[in-house]
Amino acid sequence: MPPIENRYEFVYLFEVTNGNPNGDPDAGNMPRLDPETNQGLVTDVSLKRKVRNYVQLEKGFHPPHDIYMQEHAVLNQKHQQAYQALEIEPDSKNKALPKDAAKARELTQWMCRNFYDIRTFGAVMTTEINCGQVRGPVQMAFAQSVDPIVPLEISITRTSVTNEKDAERKDREMGRKHVVPYGLYRAHGFISAKLAEQTGFDDDDLSLFWRALIQMFEHDHSAARGEMNARKLIAFKHNSPLGSAPAHKLFDAVTVERTGAVQAPPRDFSDYVVHIDRGGIQDGVEVIEHL
Amino acid sequence: MSYGVRLRVWGDRACFSRPEMKVERVSYDVVTPSAARGILEAVHWKPAIRWVVDRIHVLAPIRFETIRRNEVGNKIPAGNIKKARKAGSTSGLHHYVNQDRQQRAATILRHVDYVVEAHFELTEQAGAEDTEGKHLDIFNRRAAKGQCFHTPYLGNREFPAAFEGLAGGTTPPEPAPELLGEQDLGWMLHDFAFSDGRCKDIQPRFFRAQMVDGVIEVPEPDSEEVKG
Repeated sequence: MPPIENRYEFVYLFEVTNGNPNGDPDAGNMPRLDPETNQGLVTDVSLKRKVRNYVQLEKGFHPPHDIYMQEHAVLNQKHQQAYQALEIEPDSKNKALPKDAAKARELTQWMCRNFYDIRTFGAVMTTEINCGQVRGPVQMAFAQSVDPIVPLEISITRTSVTNEKDAERKDREMGRKHVVPYGLYRAHGFISAKLAEQTGFDDDDLSLFWRALIQMFEHDHSAARGEMNARKLIAFKHNSPLGSAPAHKLFDAVTVERTGAVQAPPRDFSDYVVHIDRGGIQDGVEVIEHL
Repeated sequence: MSYGVRLRVWGDRACFSRPEMKVERVSYDVVTPSAARGILEAVHWKPAIRWVVDRIHVLAPIRFETIRRNEVGNKIPAGNIKKARKAGSTSGLHHYVNQDRQQRAATILRHVDYVVEAHFELTEQAGAEDTEGKHLDIFNRRAAKGQCFHTPYLGNREFPAAFEGLAGGTTPPEPAPELLGEQDLGWMLHDFAFSDGRCKDIQPRFFRAQMVDGVIEVPEPDSEEVKG
């Protein structure tokens, strides 16, 4: 399929209930916070990780939907072992890198064709030539909660201990969990048709991307995450590759407001109403509600 | 000197990494001419033209924040790709992020707002059909309509920039009061010199950034004030 020919932006709303959507390694894994406003944050890389994981689940590491940046996966490690058993030795000494741009481009193109995440998000490839770097068409910004969040620290106990020495003086250990009671997060994303041209990101890839955003939290449950759900995915489709309206104006057209008593802390998606000001959207831009 | 353009760019976050502190990234206080050029190029660029940043207006107070993220430590070696291509299989090409993880902090800027004044020059690659007026019109039309080749960003791609063309004649907005007066921002990256116009032999060049009432005059790339 040919690469996509339209520019897109999207507003993506997701919620967390009694979970930690994205821990901050600087703050003992507390939920990330904007220190100025106390709004919760989820980094772009965190969301991209989940998109990759979803594609991995749906397509199962097969080209053209293989995933380059993988999380530790035992199954695939076995494949790798088999590969290494058959091959002689990963050629570490033969560091012959393609000098000319055409060869480098061939390598890059091959990587784009086979790996979904490289086609979508781009990757820095090759260590000594610049040409092996691709920018993917999909660009995401930090997601930010609509209202300030108040992370709770919850102490939990475990009825066993780690080692024998501990057993002599105690019979249980305590741990901590950080949760956000409720947070509705809003993320903005951009899809460039011109960069899609360079990586071959096509309409099938795009629908897979939308599917991933809608379903990725369904397959990312864990003790830390609590309940996370995608709530809204509003895409703006421009009728041209370069676009027909400034992105910030389209984002402004989507407002998320509180319903009912604004003083009470939000605890449910029904505490919010999402409004799209269709009148304020420029000609040449189609609003598509994927969710 | 060709015709100038003025583009207002703003965003919630920005990181113009200092080259001397790029493992744990620390942003410069303001956008570098190099990053500003990248923003202009995201809106319009052809090999026939070269953007030259003349002036940067800093409108919002300079504020920092830190964020720490899990990042991967290595890039893809070309040799592995070559081998996989020959084998016709992607196995062995994967990168296990859990085994190659680095936690890095970034000291980034918050709530930035700039006006970039720039002009472009025609390069040797300009053909007969590349008139200055044509490229200027394309740029201004795109800036006015919010069109771009790809979404411009403030240093890193996760920090998108909103942008708006400033029509000729309008004066740029006033800077925040605390930016008034003179401030020496020290040595700052001007841009990279691409000696042969390609990726080989890339040299960083620096200049002494002085901010007067929120305005930084950017010296010409080949002037005395820009040192490699």
